[in-house]
Amino acid sequence: MTEFVDVALLALLAVTGLALLKLRNLFAVVILSGIYSLLSAGLFVTMDAPDVAFTESAVGLGVSTVLMLGALALVGHEEKKPTRPRVLPLAVVILTGAILLYGMADVPPFGDPNNPIHQHVTPRYLEEMPEEIEVPNVVSAVLASYRSYDTMGETTVIFAAGVGVLLLLAGRRRRGQDEEEPGE
Amino acid sequence: MMFVVSAVAILLTMGMAIARGLRGPTVYDRALAVNMFGTATVLLIAVLGFLTGRPDFLDLALVYALLSFIGTIAILKFVSYGDLASTREPDPEEDWTW
Repeated sequence: MTEFVDVALLALLAVTGLALLKLRNLFAVVILSGIYSLLSAGLFVTMDAPDVAFTESAVGLGVSTVLMLGALALVGHEEKKPTRPRVLPLAVVILTGAILLYGMADVPPFGDPNNPIHQHVTPRYLEEMPEEIEVPNVVSAVLASYRSYDTMGETTVIFAAGVGVLLLLAGRRRRGQDEEEPGE
Repeated sequence: MMFVVSAVAILLTMGMAIARGLRGPTVYDRALAVNMFGTATVLLIAVLGFLTGRPDFLDLALVYALLSFIGTIAILKFVSYGDLASTREPDPEEDWTW
């Protein structure tokens, strides 16, 4: 049954992708790319990756829909017809697809317990974790202790990004107020 | 069996929502299509959880419901104001058929 759901979702994904290519109404393109993102999130869920699915829908459906609508407000909602057929982009796309398919040949099979990722450090984490770190949750132990430097770097990056956005927004608001004051 | 039938029905609904989003013709058809597609995804995740015997992803489905709500709000705000940061009142006389 999950295979059937996979096939159906992939078929809908293909239909949506082709429709995105054909459509000239950019508002419909934004809507359909939101649907595309929901479809891929559904596929991630069927592959037991709910965290990836969550990120996909937060970024693809939430943030990028809002950003693209903001862009539409600036550029208008009708795409111009291309004046001549573009061969180079098509060639680049086909070449990239071929390289990706070639790369897929070396990827270990999906869900196989003998895959390298399940053999390298994961068994050691699971065996030694209760003695080394007295944290009941394996994920927390890995994130906060075994990979603590990595986690610290990630939180630093997110913190810096948040501070940057807040500074930009605050600076813009203050400048806006300064411009209004002389008029009043 | 019940879950299989509901999964098939939800997938059919998804297909029809895509068709409506494609054909339009008005902006409201498309907004409704993406909103309904979000709801169908939430239902599909829930049904898949029970179908595979692991309903652990139900809270993920709840978060999806919230996200698709935000998307719909952004689309409708854009449609009525033509701008996401505008503070002007919407004009009920305006016709949005694109």
